[in-house]
Amino acid sequence: MEIFGIPTALLGSQLLVGLINGSFYAILSLGLAIIFGLLNIINFCHGAQYMMGAFVAWIALTRFGINYWVALIAAPLIVGAVGVVIERLMLRRLYKLDHLYGLLLTFGLALIIEGVFRDQYGISGESYDVPELLSGGINLGFMFLPIYRAWIIVASLTVCFGTWYMIERTKLGAYLRAGTENSQMVQALGINVPLLITFTYGYGVALAAFAGVLAAPVFQVNPLMGSNLIIVVFAVVVIGGMGSIMGSILTGLGLGLIEGLTKVFYPEASSVIVFVIMVIVLLVRPAGLFGKT
Amino acid sequence: MNAPAAFPESKMPLLLGVLFAIGLVAPYAVYPTFLMKILCYALFACAFNLLLGFVGLLSFGHAAFLGTAGYVCGMVVRDIGLTPELGILAGTVAAGLLGWLFGWLAIKRTGIYFAMITLALAQMVFFLCVQIKETGGEDGLQGVPRGHLLGVIDLSDNIAMYYLVYAIFCCGFFVIYRTIHSPFGQILKAIRENEPRAISLGYDVTKFKLIAFTISAALAGTAGATKTLVFQLASLTDVHWHASGEVVLMTLLGGLGTILGPIVGAATIVSLQTQLADSVGSWVTVIMGVIFVLCVLAFRRGMVGELQSLIKRSGVN
Repeated sequence: MEIFGIPTALLGSQLLVGLINGSFYAILSLGLAIIFGLLNIINFCHGAQYMMGAFVAWIALTRFGINYWVALIAAPLIVGAVGVVIERLMLRRLYKLDHLYGLLLTFGLALIIEGVFRDQYGISGESYDVPELLSGGINLGFMFLPIYRAWIIVASLTVCFGTWYMIERTKLGAYLRAGTENSQMVQALGINVPLLITFTYGYGVALAAFAGVLAAPVFQVNPLMGSNLIIVVFAVVVIGGMGSIMGSILTGLGLGLIEGLTKVFYPEASSVIVFVIMVIVLLVRPAGLFGKT
Repeated sequence: MNAPAAFPESKMPLLLGVLFAIGLVAPYAVYPTFLMKILCYALFACAFNLLLGFVGLLSFGHAAFLGTAGYVCGMVVRDIGLTPELGILAGTVAAGLLGWLFGWLAIKRTGIYFAMITLALAQMVFFLCVQIKETGGEDGLQGVPRGHLLGVIDLSDNIAMYYLVYAIFCCGFFVIYRTIHSPFGQILKAIRENEPRAISLGYDVTKFKLIAFTISAALAGTAGATKTLVFQLASLTDVHWHASGEVVLMTLLGGLGTILGPIVGAATIVSLQTQLADSVGSWVTVIMGVIFVLCVLAFRRGMVGELQSLIKRSGVN
């Protein structure tokens, strides 16, 4: 079977890879958007925290024999807790200053985290086996679908839409949205805004770590895995605009798919296609596809 | 970003004169290659500071200009065989054009988005440099000849090369100094302090930002092209986002929005990296990160900024 002269098996597998990358873009840009909404900070160490998630899972498995399923819950909690400490000790001091200082601080933290892991584990990368329950694959007739890859898409979409539901439909989410609009007013109404901010940052970081655990079995667990990804995610954020939760999710998935298609039809451009789209969006709709201003 | 404390203007020419004299004799006291490296990064940081310190625009993609100019200079000198001054000129022009293009795109957004857009555009340049055949991929451009300046002066002599680099640095610094102290520079500072007011006074803010961005990029290119000649190498390191981060750190550590801060910052960071590379190896990145965090949390005025406010407080005017 062929479509446009491309075998469907190749097309299908590249689309699947695209969808997986898109799921990661979606979770990471979602986390960035939530943090930016309330803290007005771009979390440059988001990539480093994603990498930490993967490493915590790998260390848990190799050192302590803790399996994938426990790590999937525990790693986001641990890395999220580290995020809470960072927010309480450092980010908190910067809220009254220019927003750019938050970017610079988290950039410094990213260098520290990355450097420490590189010193400990080198840059060759460690492998993490796919959990037994999710190993193997299904033959769909036109292509072979590894179960773990399908699981990544299901799990990340579940988490994304769960987050969307929490923010748009629950009371906690209502506080959060109100805090994004006008945090002083929310504070005046008797809601503990500093706690809300800490929780939000911790949650955003935990999302990144969750993505890291999901990524561990498909990509190599490598200290540099986050920094390569995060710059693409920044471009995704510029394309989508950080105004809308659903916008972040859709932009992330869409760009992943486009990147996958580019790999099939014009592989040379696949590493820059997201940036090219960013340029086009800046020219046509500078505020981003879902941006408000 | 915050306005820096004003330095007593009357003392500035004297101070610059003393520093200029030190620069003239320095190669007889310190290893010239090391000094040339500092001068290249100092010019890079001064160019960057023109943008962040005086217009308030944080570009996270200045490595693109440093690296591109390096490659262009390398190709012009090695592959086409032109003289070094033409190589540096070509690198500067290439970086200026690229800066004009990037600036035109990035200025459509402000603040944090501006930083992310410049970073993303620079990453695109990085990927292109990895893929294109002419840049030599992972190997970079090796064995770029220093050649003869104007076809006469042999630059393979380190002292001759040093004085060329020093002259280039002084010219670049003078351009920045004049820019800041011109009516044009006053408008840039006005944009930094209060953009809506500058707009309401009738200034075409976008145009001013774009000109400043282009000047900054072109001078960053001059630094990159010169660096290629000094080390006879253009590589991916200079296009990588780490280089963009380094120049932010140099400027921040030296003192944002001060004339001399970026030079002090560049000298400090380059010396640290040279010293530490042998003793601690891969911990250099961690130490850079720690300095970054400390600067942001407790030392936002930077070394020169702190010194200025100290002088101001003790009343030595």
